[in-house]
Amino acid sequence: MNGISNEILVARHPCASGAAFAGLQPRTSKATRRASGRDGAGNPCCRLWHVVGAGLLTFAALLGLLPLVAFAQQPTVVIGSKNFTESVVLGEIARLSAREHGIKAEHRRSLGGTRILWRALEGGEIDAYPEYTGTITHELLRNVPPGASIGVLRAHLKAFGIGITDPLGFNNTYAIGMRADEARKLHIRSISDLARHPDLKLAFSNEFMNRADGWPGLKQAYHLPTDARGMDHALAYRALASGAVDAIDLYGTDAEIAYYHLRVLKDDLHYFPRYDAVYLYRLDLDERAPAFVAALNDLTGSIDAPQMRAMNKAVKIDGMSETIAAANFLGIEPESGNGSAFWQRIGDYTLQHLALVGISLSLAIVLAVPLGVLAARRRRLGQVVLGLTGILQTVPSLALFVFMIPLFGIGAEPAIAALFLYSLLPIVRNTHAGLTGIQPSLLESAAALGLPPRVRLWRVELPLALRSILAGVKIAAVINVGTATLGALIGAGGYGQPILTGIRLDSIPLIMEGAVPAALLALVMQGVFELIERALTPRGLRLRAMA
Amino acid sequence: MPASPESSTKLSDSAFALVHATRAFGTTRAVDDVSVAFDRGRTSILIGSSGSGKSTLLRMLLGLEWPTAGEVLCDGEPLRRETLPGVRRRVGYVIQDGGLFPHLTVLGNLALLPRHLGWSHSRVRERARDLARLAHLHEDLFNRFPAELSGGQRQRIALMRALMLDPPTLLLDEPLGALDPLVRHGLQDELREIFRSLGKTVIMVTHDLAEAAFFSDRLILLRRGRVLQDGSLDDFRRNPADPFVREFLAAHRTLPGAA
Repeated sequence: MNGISNEILVARHPCASGAAFAGLQPRTSKATRRASGRDGAGNPCCRLWHVVGAGLLTFAALLGLLPLVAFAQQPTVVIGSKNFTESVVLGEIARLSAREHGIKAEHRRSLGGTRILWRALEGGEIDAYPEYTGTITHELLRNVPPGASIGVLRAHLKAFGIGITDPLGFNNTYAIGMRADEARKLHIRSISDLARHPDLKLAFSNEFMNRADGWPGLKQAYHLPTDARGMDHALAYRALASGAVDAIDLYGTDAEIAYYHLRVLKDDLHYFPRYDAVYLYRLDLDERAPAFVAALNDLTGSIDAPQMRAMNKAVKIDGMSETIAAANFLGIEPESGNGSAFWQRIGDYTLQHLALVGISLSLAIVLAVPLGVLAARRRRLGQVVLGLTGILQTVPSLALFVFMIPLFGIGAEPAIAALFLYSLLPIVRNTHAGLTGIQPSLLESAAALGLPPRVRLWRVELPLALRSILAGVKIAAVINVGTATLGALIGAGGYGQPILTGIRLDSIPLIMEGAVPAALLALVMQGVFELIERALTPRGLRLRAMA
Repeated sequence: MPASPESSTKLSDSAFALVHATRAFGTTRAVDDVSVAFDRGRTSILIGSSGSGKSTLLRMLLGLEWPTAGEVLCDGEPLRRETLPGVRRRVGYVIQDGGLFPHLTVLGNLALLPRHLGWSHSRVRERARDLARLAHLHEDLFNRFPAELSGGQRQRIALMRALMLDPPTLLLDEPLGALDPLVRHGLQDELREIFRSLGKTVIMVTHDLAEAAFFSDRLILLRRGRVLQDGSLDDFRRNPADPFVREFLAAHRTLPGAA
């Protein structure tokens, strides 16, 4: 949609998440070493636990390190973009222009919303990203009046070490659109002309209806006699095209304008604030990569609204890739080797997805198994633990992901935290069930032998409960593979990324690109854990199961 | 049966003793004010019908149940939680189904406690071999799992496990209860032989009077948590302390000894 409204979903630089994964490893391994170290290392049976622990840790470590490897190559300049088509296209234009100027640039697409890109730019995780002047005055620089000139913005941004280019040429602000043929018939060119046609049916998005600077202000400013009704924005275009309504609110460069052959009415009273597209960049680029700054400045004044609309339409409606749309605009060839890009993409998503699932699951095992043991030992505390983890499970997954943002920011970490919380219940519950389901006579035999409780736990109780515990881990793993697709909503990447993009572009093949591997991964997880279960279950227990 | 004055001198001499010990579960008293001493080096039998409290009494000796009143003494010392592991290691405990750990092999079951105490593999193996000879068990079974063994084999291994540390005392809770009559008969002979040759203090629970008399001349008959009579089968016959003793004997009248 647009830079004004799409601010919810944000991501941190993948390199940062990679480092965070790596940072988690030593902590995990230390904790497990301590746990397994209690049980005398010479005991033959505790080797089983060392193997289990080491296996899980290696699993987690590998998964955690993979993204690091994947993002190891450092480009000169990193460009970011927000997660809507126009921003991604502008990011690609910047990247390809840089390439034309011989600068090695990388484009981290669809990172999220304004706040995140701004933070990433300030933090140096990205070097530049496309922004809108209205967003800068409304959301980033609160002490600057709306409608401030580029010069004023430039002066204020300098304090943050951020530079701003001149406008790229189009103004992506609120606008009013009509079917082009009807507008021609009624001789309507500007919003003022609407006053002459009180019989027109107007339908505006609910947000536009309610904002003071939306419909109420517009009606007053232009003395419009008509009444308008609220309508879901996604439906508004269809309603307009079918003739059910005559005018709707839209953004100046929406792809649908070209697709539905709409006329954007001129805001002759300059009622709407300007949302001129610009690039924001780090001022240290002036020294680090002056050629890149020059390349960005070359783009100013070169993209008008129809051109931007056409590119948005090419991507969003015709299914062209953002890269090709950008290359076509610049009149250059996109990179060759697009054939391998598909598998490269799938590979990256898979690594990210595995990292989300693997790390959250490993951490959950480290906490949930002891919690399950505690719950089995202390009945009342156990009820509390099971109750709490049960409540966690009832939190809708999207809500849980969003709750994690204030605690962990944006990116892989909050997703891992949310998935971790989701993994607790099946593992705690199955550990508890496995331990409390052990024949009392066996527990008594172990006690009567004179083994201390800790040894009984490691040598008798946990091995007897192992099947149940592993079954819990398997459930958590399979559920996590599915739930992790939501991680893309908070910038965690993984298979959710193409699904999300697919939904944005209304592209079934792109949705499949994420959904099919996610389903396959869930199946693979199931299979792998069944093998692990078979390998780790002591033969004596399998015999008993047969008997 | 109230504790007699001379029993207090006997107490320090006994392997285990209960002094006015009661174990209540809610309002029911599984063991009700029992005072009894178990002599060192002797086999004593706790006998009674199901629900008489005999198993609870045995489990109190190991601290698997704690008295709600009175005391349990081991070697004259009151049983305390801190001393429990030490007491348990001086006692071998065998239950009806053997209580073998299904996830461990025979040798794994035998090795569990000794290995925890730092025995070497070879020492464990040597000890297991000796006990296998004693229990008439072939070493080939060492690598099998409990699920691969017959009931009789399992009880032999449970006994071996109880004997690994060569404890002075053996507590057996219906050790032969789950076996078919033929196997049971054979094992009775073997067990008695083992008890005699090792000179252990043995306290065994059974509900079978013939088995009780076969193993010992000291039978302790319990009913509703109280000791009804403490003596030999002969005493029971000649001087029954209670009409129930006669009743209990009568229920076993088809036994060869009663014919």
